[in-house]
Amino acid sequence: MKKTSLTLQDLAAPLLSGLNRFGEMALFLLDAFRQSFFTHRLPGKVVRQIYTIGAQSMFVILLIGIFTGLVLGLQAFYAMSMFGAQGMLGSLLSLTLIREMAPVLTAVMVTARAGSAMTAEIGVMRISDQIDALAVMDISPVGYLVTPRLLASLAAFPLLTAIFNVIGIFGGYLSACVLLGLNEGRYFSGIESSVTMSDVSGSFLKAVVFAVIVITVCCYQGYNAHRRSDGKGPEAVGNATTSAVVVSCVLILMSDYVLTSFLL
Amino acid sequence: MNPAKDAAWDIRIERLEGGYGSRRIIKGMDATFPGGAITAILGESGGGKTTLLRILLGLTPPFSGRIFMGGRDIFSLTPSQFRRIRRRFGVLFQDGALLGALTLAENVALPLTEHTKLSRKVLRNAALRTLELVGLEQFADFYPSELSGGMRKRAGLARAIVTEPPLLFCDEPTSGLDPITSAQMDQLLLDMKKHYPSMTTVVITHDLGSVRHIADHVLVIGDGRAAFSGSKEELYASPDPYLRSFLDREAQEERRMTAPPLDESVRAALAEWLNQ
Ligand SMILES: Nc1ncnc2c1ncn2[C@@H]1O[C@H](COP(=O)(O)OP(=O)(O)O)[C@@H](O)[C@H]1O
Ligand SMILES: [Mg+2]
Repeated sequence: MKKTSLTLQDLAAPLLSGLNRFGEMALFLLDAFRQSFFTHRLPGKVVRQIYTIGAQSMFVILLIGIFTGLVLGLQAFYAMSMFGAQGMLGSLLSLTLIREMAPVLTAVMVTARAGSAMTAEIGVMRISDQIDALAVMDISPVGYLVTPRLLASLAAFPLLTAIFNVIGIFGGYLSACVLLGLNEGRYFSGIESSVTMSDVSGSFLKAVVFAVIVITVCCYQGYNAHRRSDGKGPEAVGNATTSAVVVSCVLILMSDYVLTSFLL
Repeated sequence: MNPAKDAAWDIRIERLEGGYGSRRIIKGMDATFPGGAITAILGESGGGKTTLLRILLGLTPPFSGRIFMGGRDIFSLTPSQFRRIRRRFGVLFQDGALLGALTLAENVALPLTEHTKLSRKVLRNAALRTLELVGLEQFADFYPSELSGGMRKRAGLARAIVTEPPLLFCDEPTSGLDPITSAQMDQLLLDMKKHYPSMTTVVITHDLGSVRHIADHVLVIGDGRAAFSGSKEELYASPDPYLRSFLDREAQEERRMTAPPLDESVRAALAEWLNQ
């Protein structure tokens, strides 16, 4: 029989499958935390992941951080000059960076650099039976693959965010003070008088939440590459990587809005 | 768990059905793999040998039926009880399934690394000695991607036996190997049986020479069922035409090439390309 109208079920199906996926991801995350009690030789694995997620992302974070600071300094300088309020530049720039730009851009950049690589690596392991081999050796694949990445990112994201903050403020100094001639005392005193500890801890809180989101989404997508309906084998790994980056970035910005509305 | 001393585990399969999604691959199988013996699983390629193995390993859930290992119904166990049994498995996957991020020595030592507090040195020695058995000790620090398929398979076998498992499963250990190396692999399986008399070994193979050489017991899969399950001698004595065609390596009549497969239009198109 040919269907002529949308039923409630047709409308609800994508919603339900989305919810289902979300629940699965939450369980996946819980398992990753739980496995931190059972995984052997965990510290070594975590350190190796801090190196791949953290240390290897350092360069790109420095690059993005300095240019973000430069362009913010430039924009803010001209915007503030319209009202003769260049004295506010330091506070505006530092608060924008610390509260929003640094945690969000750090998370997005780490997703692009380390998150996508994670999905691809775990996805390839899935389609070449390596994950099954781990399970058969009674090595929890989640404990072996996801837990070290999760713990490492809980350390790496806040550190990278802190580096982004510092280098961004330096970039703002370069463009506003060195290039455009703003008084540097006014720049730094603006920062000092407006940034409070709660801004900095809010920045770290965001970094931690984003770390959990990025690792969960990227590892989950790779881990379930074989269950995709939009491709098989290598194509599934490619598609999983694309979804991992897109879903991570969307969730980063969505959760950023929610977090900001609570933090402000 | 000491396969040199403990009682051997047998495996009994009862009315097993399984497959992927709604597609039935194993269609009601009954078979027994005797404890302490080497059972060879024979069957056409695509006939469901790997699928049967995945069900035995608990990687693909069956549709119905039961499997007993050492007298225990493995599908009635809780996940953690089943994992305790699975610890006693050594498995060689069809493509080796070595972890690409680890060297051969690290791969072989992996089950020990992840379950014991042994020192690096002890682990490495265990790995090297096991690699030596499969003739790969000089490749200990190579990564799987730097080796040939046959070498990966041998390393996979080394990883499977490093825990001295009471149950050893090998998916096509000798396919893709040259005759000399496959003879060595066969000999290794026989030697293992000598050192661990209670080790139960299940070997999926295409290699009739290997079957003749190592198997005590044979399961032939035909159309998702046990076309034969019994001792090697019984198999060779069997008059069954399907089994005979298998053993005598005769192609079945409906698969013979009665005419070349290409029709004239394809052939003309090919000729155009070849003469370009
Ligand atoms: N992951 C899978 N999903 C769906 N079908 C599969 C999968 N793996 C194997 N099959 C199908 O199951 C059948 C048996 O495959 P397999 O057990 O690998 O055969 P064998 O190991 O005997 O060569 C084949 O027809 C194959 O197409
Ligand atoms: Mg197979």
